Amino acid sequence: MAKAKTNTEDYLRMYRQMVRIRTFEDNANQLYLSAKMPGLTHMYSGEEAVAVGICEALTDDDRITSTHRGHGHCVAKGAEFKAMFCELLGKAEGYCRGKGGSMHIADQSHGNLGANAIVGGSMGIATGSALRAKLQGADDVTVCFFGDGATAQGLMYEVMNMAALWSLPVIYACENNGYSEYTKTEEIAAGSITARAEAFGIEAHQIDGQDVLAVNDLTRKLVARARRGEGPFFMELMTYRYHGHHVGDINREYYRSKAEEKEWKENRDPIIRFRAHLVSEGIATEDELDAMNAEVERDAAEAVAYAEAAPYPDASEVDQHVFAA
Amino acid sequence: MMREITLSQAVNEAIAEEMRRDASVFLMGEDVAEAGTPFKVLSGLVEEFGTDRVIDTPISEPGFVGLAVGAAMTGARPIVDLMFGDFIYLVMDQLCNQAAKQHYMSGGKLTVPMVLRTNMGATRRSAAQHSQSLQALVAHIPGLKVAMPSSAYEAKGLMKTAIRDNNPVVIFEDKLMYQDRAPVPEEEYLIPFGVANVQRKGTDITLIGTSSMVQVALSAAEILAAEGISAEVIDPRTIVPLDEATLLNSVKKTSRAIVIDEGHQSYGVTAEIASRLNEKAFYHLDAPVLRMGAMDVPVPFSPALEDLTVPTPEQVAANARKLCAGEMIHAA
Repeated sequence: MAKAKTNTEDYLRMYRQMVRIRTFEDNANQLYLSAKMPGLTHMYSGEEAVAVGICEALTDDDRITSTHRGHGHCVAKGAEFKAMFCELLGKAEGYCRGKGGSMHIADQSHGNLGANAIVGGSMGIATGSALRAKLQGADDVTVCFFGDGATAQGLMYEVMNMAALWSLPVIYACENNGYSEYTKTEEIAAGSITARAEAFGIEAHQIDGQDVLAVNDLTRKLVARARRGEGPFFMELMTYRYHGHHVGDINREYYRSKAEEKEWKENRDPIIRFRAHLVSEGIATEDELDAMNAEVERDAAEAVAYAEAAPYPDASEVDQHVFAA
Repeated sequence: MMREITLSQAVNEAIAEEMRRDASVFLMGEDVAEAGTPFKVLSGLVEEFGTDRVIDTPISEPGFVGLAVGAAMTGARPIVDLMFGDFIYLVMDQLCNQAAKQHYMSGGKLTVPMVLRTNMGATRRSAAQHSQSLQALVAHIPGLKVAMPSSAYEAKGLMKTAIRDNNPVVIFEDKLMYQDRAPVPEEEYLIPFGVANVQRKGTDITLIGTSSMVQVALSAAEILAAEGISAEVIDPRTIVPLDEATLLNSVKKTSRAIVIDEGHQSYGVTAEIASRLNEKAFYHLDAPVLRMGAMDVPVPFSPALEDLTVPTPEQVAANARKLCAGEMIHAA
């Protein structure tokens, strides 16, 4: 594992945040399977080191834009379970008063400008946030999360061109989980993904997205440089989604094998790997980490129970917030 | 005597005043800086405000509209220049899926205070991809406000209000009116959204026009006045929000109405307004509310054909004459 210049507290928080994401997703999946959640959702399980490694390098003033597979980004950027589960269930106490749901959770108090259900749809927003920072002399950085599938959208090339022309403080974080919905990435993306950014003169890095310390280390360096006006940057984070494209995508052997899934889950899991590192380095004991896991599970169970009992928005809210005052 | 300035100068003044007033306002689009746009509407702004606040972009409409949305969501007030209204098709996702919905989807937490200024209007011999009037497409989407200035005076007051509004606002300027002059006061004024302007009082028929069609309606009213028909002419100014009350009050008084807009007639702005009048003033009407939009054809290039596609004062007057005489325009 790569070494990052962080202390024990940072390591434990990163572990805890990854476990929180996995636990959140396990509970969200259960809510779907037990028909308690309206609609459907896209699981982030397996990709935790990407969101946590990146967001732990950011402050609350730094912004992110998220995707339809966005629960991990939201948790990693500092969101609370209760308001998140309330949002997933369409309840009034959700982050968006139940109006956004899983695919549109936004938590601007921690700089999360929101998940976006149009693939690649937030690339303009992220780059615009960075333009605002530059115009106003602010030193915040914006990270744009998107998947390998979004590299097929034209918007990406338009905004990377402008970001490079104007040296904007934005980091494009491509989560390459190997699949564009139900299709292998190599079937939809010609050539190299990092070369797309390099064509605009943007410094691009391909990195193991299952290694939280490596992700965090690289992100810290790039964020510091972006704050100094050296942006934009591009990261391709090699990762894997454990579930299907969405929770209802159960039978997926026609596009990927169970053996492949097993290999990633057993040998490349970001939480198992980091946990082994923490124990072998003497940073935490197995018992301490088990206790942390149990605490996170209790928090999640409480939040789910709270959200299930929470009221739906009043009917009078249906036409509120169409326009701002 | 109040000074007269062109619609182009009025827009320029409005933007300059608001940029002086609020440092978070900036302008971006294709050739907005030194070129001042092909219509020269923005000439001089880059000299005063510099290239940080008057930003030339690549020819990437979805890209720079997307940037404006993100800048607006995080504390800036961008004005985006879309060189031709026809390019709205290119930016539909950023405008309708992103800008229009952020406030609602976030339960009121995020706001998108941006202005998209663009144009409309045929008869400039620019053919099918540079002549469309696409306000109905935008007005259909909840979360977007739509302003349609009908003169230099209106253009300035509506632009200043748009820049201060906390929502995405689309302003359609008629590109044939940029050199039209009107009295515009030196002192500051704003025109509120959702307040229609009764341009001419009348008692026999109400002519509701948007943008350049206000001028068409006023010319028609002159023709009709000579024949003893008294037409009331109303400019809604903004089609979202729409000042329904003023329109209804007028129609209840005159009992007849024609709605005129330069967008295609089918499924258009005229249909929406006519339908509301039918629903809410039906028992006051002495004739069906008539729609007059652009013909449902792609705008042709040849002047001989193009001029046939847009409502004229003579056509409006002819229809008004028939409605007032109780003649059927569309046989049942």
